[in-house]
Amino acid sequence: MPITYTSGEQVEVYRFSVPVTVGVPLLALFLQAFVPLRFPFFSIFDLPLLVTIFFAMARRNPVSGLLTGALIGLIQDALTHRAIGLYGIAKTVVGFGASSMGAKLDAENAGARFLLTLGFYLLHSAVYFTVARGMVSLTLDWSWSRGVLAGLANAAVGVALYFVLDRCKQRT
Amino acid sequence: METVLGRYRNLIILVGVLFLQVLGLAVQVKRTSDAESTRLIRVWAVGTITPLERGLIWGQTYSGNLWHNYFYLRGVRAENRQLKEQIDQLRLEQVRLNQDAEQAHRLQALLSFKERYISKTVAAQVIGSSGSDQSRSVYIDKGISDGIEQDMAVLTADGVVGKVLTVFPSTSLVLLINDQSSGVGAILEKSRLQGVLRGTPNGEVMLERVMSDEQVAPGETLLTSGGDQIFPKGLPLGRVAKVAGTDSGLFLNVKVKPAANLGRLEEVLVVLAKQEHQATAEGTGRVRTVDIMAQRLPSVPNKPAVSAGGAGIGVPGTAANDGAAKTPTVKPQSQTGVKPQTSAPSVRPKPVESDTTKPQGSISMTGVANKAATNPASGVTSAAPPKTVTAPGKPAISRPKTVTPATGTPASEDDSH
Repeated sequence: MPITYTSGEQVEVYRFSVPVTVGVPLLALFLQAFVPLRFPFFSIFDLPLLVTIFFAMARRNPVSGLLTGALIGLIQDALTHRAIGLYGIAKTVVGFGASSMGAKLDAENAGARFLLTLGFYLLHSAVYFTVARGMVSLTLDWSWSRGVLAGLANAAVGVALYFVLDRCKQRT
Repeated sequence: METVLGRYRNLIILVGVLFLQVLGLAVQVKRTSDAESTRLIRVWAVGTITPLERGLIWGQTYSGNLWHNYFYLRGVRAENRQLKEQIDQLRLEQVRLNQDAEQAHRLQALLSFKERYISKTVAAQVIGSSGSDQSRSVYIDKGISDGIEQDMAVLTADGVVGKVLTVFPSTSLVLLINDQSSGVGAILEKSRLQGVLRGTPNGEVMLERVMSDEQVAPGETLLTSGGDQIFPKGLPLGRVAKVAGTDSGLFLNVKVKPAANLGRLEEVLVVLAKQEHQATAEGTGRVRTVDIMAQRLPSVPNKPAVSAGGAGIGVPGTAANDGAAKTPTVKPQSQTGVKPQTSAPSVRPKPVESDTTKPQGSISMTGVANKAATNPASGVTSAAPPKTVTAPGKPAISRPKTVTPATGTPASEDDSH
């Protein structure tokens, strides 16, 4: 078992049942596509990203994390009319980063989760914008205030969501 | 070597996965139509997500209908009464609009005007969105099986929503007009300035390609111009919200508030078919008012019969039309003995199949009437003999030459028959 940098305690590695592994990302994608129709402000949240971060940090396996991120991102891309791979690349990076951080940090408390989610949201946006501008030549407006605000909102929702999803964890 | 691979295994897999995705992205960017190369992935993803959305929408609609149609009927009686009154008012309004439409139709026929109109639509329910701010698009519950095709226009009662971008077996992806990759040919209703309506990265809608020396007033209505060959002409797009100059100073920055509420779409109409229609005066299948007007109106004589001081030949039934040739607004008297209408009504009577007993419209249409009366296709020829208009105590006044709207030249005497 790897040792955390923060507490020195052993870091738990979790696994999830197949229904949770498949159902939770699908539910997140479904809500992300459906809820903004009724509540347009909901589009500032990125539930698939939060789910990617949660699974990556809980499993603490970089390969598993990046593959989860890649798969969720590619499905999210397929629902848009943009080229497939924009969200895929961004979530692959986030999945890898979150699982790497999860293996080294104690990410069980709310404060750490909040900061990590905020950081990964900004990383996700940075990768997405870079690829979208650099490769697809999309004209995107980046606003720091909006980006940080959306990051804070996602982090707050993420903390609540992680505590709900913690119930689905199974110890290895 | 083995140690290095084992040590950097995670990093190597990360680079490999990223490389594959970048490669896939590059292939899509290079191809002009990336939709086909990634269609399978899209079909799988949409096929996985949209059934849940359809199910939820169906349940929501069913329970909503059950509640509103069977249980919550408070105020329905009063609303019904109010709606009946509204129907009566609208019927009267419809009569007047029918008259105007027929007149416009006749004028279009004279100008050989080709109009495109919506001939077939299908209603669809919005079941989902792309879920991304970078892709402003929605999914509807109609697809190939319902006759939906790519590039069909999508509307609501309020205005244009967008166009069909991708079609799946039972769903379709609709690109909204506020997406930055969308473009709609637009025309300002009053100033008739044309431009291209485009979405911006932050979801606003701008009218582009309007020169900075043009005058655009906030509040002016924006319509489809029909130039894009997707949206029929004359559909409401929105209103001008704000006008500003661009950095280059060449074009105006015209911000538009969309007519349709793009943030809360529920039901939409997809235009399945448009028809190009040559406007004809016989389009209504009725005896045309202009033909009957031509019969009743005094026509231009073969030879001017203005005598130096004598009275002209009086024509029975036309004596009351003293000012008919002088002013273009006097109504001609009917030969069938129906009392002529002396003032323009606010609501005109509904036209009937044979409107020989109908009060006639303005005489300003005489040029049109006379020209139409000679149209062989109409099957109606003017039976009015050459005559002059006389009035008691006044010299005979020959009917002045009229100007045809189509050519702008004075109508010949032959034309008037």
